[in-house]
Amino acid sequence: MGVVNSNTQVGRLKQSLQTKSAHDRFLEIIVYVSMIVVTVLTIYPFLNVLAISLNDSVDTVRGGITVWPRQFTLENFSLIFTYGSLITGFKISVLRTVIGTLAGLISGSMLAFTLARSDFQARRFVSMFLAITMYVSGGLIPGFILMRDLHMIDTFAVYILPGLVSAFNVFVIRSFIDGLPFALQESAKLDGANDFTIYWRVILPLCKPALATVALFLAVGQWNSWFDTYLFNGSNESLTTLQYELMKILQSTTTSATNSQDTANMAERMSQVSPESVKMAITIVVTVPILIVYPFLQKYFVKGMTLGAVKS
Amino acid sequence: MKTITLGTENAYKKRRKSAWKQLKNQKYLYYMSIPFVLWVFVFQYLPLWGWTMAFQKYKPGIGFFDQKWVGFEHFRTLFRDEHFYQVLRNTLAMSFMGLIAGFIVPVIFALLLNEVRVQSMKRFVQTVSYLPHFVSWVVAAGIVSKMLSTDGGVINDILLGLNIVDQPVQFMAQGHLFWGIVTGADIWKETGWNAIIYLAAISGIGPELYEAARVDGASRLRQMWHITLPGIRPTIIVLLIMSIGHLLGTGFEKQFLLGNHLVIDYSEVLDLYALNYGLAMGRYSFGTAINIFNSVISLMLLFAANGIFKRFTNESIM
Repeated sequence: MGVVNSNTQVGRLKQSLQTKSAHDRFLEIIVYVSMIVVTVLTIYPFLNVLAISLNDSVDTVRGGITVWPRQFTLENFSLIFTYGSLITGFKISVLRTVIGTLAGLISGSMLAFTLARSDFQARRFVSMFLAITMYVSGGLIPGFILMRDLHMIDTFAVYILPGLVSAFNVFVIRSFIDGLPFALQESAKLDGANDFTIYWRVILPLCKPALATVALFLAVGQWNSWFDTYLFNGSNESLTTLQYELMKILQSTTTSATNSQDTANMAERMSQVSPESVKMAITIVVTVPILIVYPFLQKYFVKGMTLGAVKS
Repeated sequence: MKTITLGTENAYKKRRKSAWKQLKNQKYLYYMSIPFVLWVFVFQYLPLWGWTMAFQKYKPGIGFFDQKWVGFEHFRTLFRDEHFYQVLRNTLAMSFMGLIAGFIVPVIFALLLNEVRVQSMKRFVQTVSYLPHFVSWVVAAGIVSKMLSTDGGVINDILLGLNIVDQPVQFMAQGHLFWGIVTGADIWKETGWNAIIYLAAISGIGPELYEAARVDGASRLRQMWHITLPGIRPTIIVLLIMSIGHLLGTGFEKQFLLGNHLVIDYSEVLDLYALNYGLAMGRYSFGTAINIFNSVISLMLLFAANGIFKRFTNESIM
């Protein structure tokens, strides 16, 4: 009896293994084909842009460039660095990214530190006060009026101040600090450290993974932002950013109207020389700094994203 | 009796005293938070105060109490404007398409990526899939227009090569294609990034569940359907509710950058409408009314979605 039973069990297991492998092979094919498709769809446009940017601009017009330049040249890149507004744009973009990221890190971590202290009296109030901003905002026009009333239009500060505290970033750092043992803070306190010293000397050095995540979010946000330039500093040539300059050049093909005479001239000059290759070269210049940074920070931001999403 | 009163009085005094003492003890915590609370008040809450503009005939440069109040006049103008309904249609259409695509595609991608057993390949595909998230919409829109362009765009090359069309399609000049292009661009840019959370949720599912299923002879397809998918159900629902809350706040960057005057009937969304017919023309009150309409609809959708899910599933965010 027992022998028969085990025999049928073995038989059933064998059978199930066979059907399993057929099903699994089907799944495997779908999985690997779709992964290859996703990879190609994601990478091809970038390689195409890179190839065009490295190709001779006259030759590009003939079309047919895929992932490899046909007539290799670096001229497109040397050409775009002769345009003054792009150099200014590059400087302002770097400046706002560095300052904005540092300021955002300091403000975010300070607030997060106080919110992670369960004994802090104002903790609940401040948390709520912050959380509400994630769901309600005044909108475009009240925001614009506020900037105007604060005399922040045509200033560099408009890139840094309005976005200084982000509730999401604060909560990401806070949930990280929550995971650290509170005994660390208590023993530092016994040693006579005040709360600021604890924040600066004990907590900040331990928060590096969370800070790296938030730094990436902040830096990407700063580097990629163009609309604040459009809204507040579009007419001030010494304060425009690289993204904004790229936006003007890319838009100049689709819309004939441009904001300033200088842009129209520059777009015209560029389209005379080489429409596609130069545009793609600028696109590369705008994109590369981010692409260099993100693989190094990947292991942090995956954790940070998950933490932030779960907590909020 | 007397002693009890005395006792509570003492306790009350003691508590008050200790609260004050605690305040002094925590002075550094206050120093470190008050400046930022003030900052949040100025930059996040003061614009909300600006909503009063929508009920005034707002004139810049004069005080709040000197403004002329007009009640709901700007809203009436808004609801009488035929153009507004076109803009609302565009906003809702692109928001819902974006919601479905930005939601189903990442789940499927995460499920499939999870089945990749070669670890190095899994990591490579994942790293690649984030890439577009990190470029700006300016760059993404430039790349999308390049891929769809009539001279040398790869999509047209393929369509021509396969003889599906006999001449290049002018994708960027046709209104009825615009919603699809925006949705497609969104999928291209954000799928990998949105999948991170689902992948994290999948990795939290206990391996013993899979083991049990394997012993029962379930194929990997069945394991996906009966274990992985139910395992990430709470995550899916929470994210769905949150994205419904942000439905009308999906922004206008894509529409601004990908749109042009040829497709404006399909590309103009509420925020662009507020920008073009409010800010650019100096009609601040009217523009603010549009902003308010947008926010109110968003909140209503958030509460509705939350209520529905609370009723039918046990997940909710509030």
